[in-house]
Amino acid sequence: MNINKLHEEYKANIRKEKRWVRFYQLLILVSFFVLWEVASSLRWIDQLIFSAPSKIGQLFVEKIADNSLIYHTSYTLFETVLGFILGTLVGTILAAILWWSPFLSKVLDPYLVVLNSMPKVALGPILIVALGPGMSSIITMGALISVIISTIVIYTAFRTVDSNYLKVLQTFRASRSQMFKEAILPASFPTIISTLKVNVGLAWVGVIVGEFLVSSQGLGYLIIYGFQVFNFNLVLLSLLVIAIFATIMYQVVELLEKKLIKSE
Amino acid sequence: MTFLSVSNVHHTYFSSKTATEALSDINLTIDQGEFVSFIGPSGCGKTTLLSILAGLFPPTAGKVQIEEQDIMKNADLSIGYMLQQDYLFPWKTIEENVTLGLKLLNNNREASNELASKLLKDVGLPPVEKKYPRELSGGMRQRVALARTLAVDPKILLLDEPFSALDYQSKLKLEDLVHKLMKEYGKTAVLVTHDIGEAIAMSDRIFLFSARPGRLYQTFEVPEELRRLTPFEARAHSSYSSLFQIIWKELEGLEHQQTS
Repeated sequence: MNINKLHEEYKANIRKEKRWVRFYQLLILVSFFVLWEVASSLRWIDQLIFSAPSKIGQLFVEKIADNSLIYHTSYTLFETVLGFILGTLVGTILAAILWWSPFLSKVLDPYLVVLNSMPKVALGPILIVALGPGMSSIITMGALISVIISTIVIYTAFRTVDSNYLKVLQTFRASRSQMFKEAILPASFPTIISTLKVNVGLAWVGVIVGEFLVSSQGLGYLIIYGFQVFNFNLVLLSLLVIAIFATIMYQVVELLEKKLIKSE
Repeated sequence: MTFLSVSNVHHTYFSSKTATEALSDINLTIDQGEFVSFIGPSGCGKTTLLSILAGLFPPTAGKVQIEEQDIMKNADLSIGYMLQQDYLFPWKTIEENVTLGLKLLNNNREASNELASKLLKDVGLPPVEKKYPRELSGGMRQRVALARTLAVDPKILLLDEPFSALDYQSKLKLEDLVHKLMKEYGKTAVLVTHDIGEAIAMSDRIFLFSARPGRLYQTFEVPEELRRLTPFEARAHSSYSSLFQIIWKELEGLEHQQTS
């Protein structure tokens, strides 16, 4: 019996399985687009509404050529990333304040519940009037949609950190801020990362709805515009672009997770 | 020389429904360099008393003094506190864990790391500074926790059943190690345990508490011939089993009183 050889075989098996998984993933993707194209050209589905990959591709080339797609995409992307970072950051800071003062957290508890259950996009019109129909109100929307739920989830994580870690620090005469830095925050990193993952999706919702309302620039504007002039090629193209960038953002968060969480 | 004194300490836990008296009129003193144990049935408040000694919270009434200074008021006082589990921080390396207390006290980093290596050697570990706690066995982790506790050069060591989560072999080895280090460094130590044998093998004096509310019931002096031996050797000595029998009967009597 040769251990090395068995190990090689084991590794080869893993690689083989990985290749098959990739193959099927690709197969689904390709057949989806092929089926879509065929269904569209054979009139199984209404071309006007569901468009076709070839038409979207054509439009994509056009829109790249006149630079408008890149312009709108970068606009939306900037807003989303900023809204996402702001939402999580402010959420974490609010959670830290609540942890710092248990009294304050008791006082604010019902308000958090109300704010959390309220649909934040309904605040859109007020934001636009207050902050003007521009980037700032859209970014605020992207942040607002995720900030309260981040606060609640992260605060819960802070509170459930094993109190014995704090006991250890207390015998070293640690201050409350040292306890936060040495135990509470690092112990909650896994939760913060998982809120980041949720917030990626939420920030896109906030920003796209914001752009629907402001209707001047961005992918949300393209969708609304395409809808109004009944150009569903444009709507679907924008959707595909959103799908791609949302996925990239999610992957970046996962990369961050691997870097930050050493203990797993 | 009296090192630590507990005078007229009462402690009551309050909740919205009940007030539970955990400790009632505790008076005791511990000498410099002495190793004492607290034993007693569950609910006798031994862990509460240890937490008060650690300065985690003040007693409801009474005074605790170390070297004639009130422990709650003395912010520079360093106390070593070891828990049942190691509570090493999983995201820190062994070195970072051991030097944690020093870092909080703003000590020089290089000197701290040097001290950490020395302490890890003292507690009988191979060089594991750069490893993470999850890579170590339970016994090794508890040794690291001991090194972390000793790193701040505490005036007193409080041990809250630190061996009870270990397998028997690791437990015996660690008992010997802690006993040896305490004598070497001349540290005062208080051990809370439910294991009579461990209390006899390790301590100079044993305080037996009765429960509900916790009171100091009786004090036992461990005979000189046992104190001189390591815990492992002490367990095999003839005076060990006679003292064991005496304490066992007292403890049985206490538990009987409670149930009847």
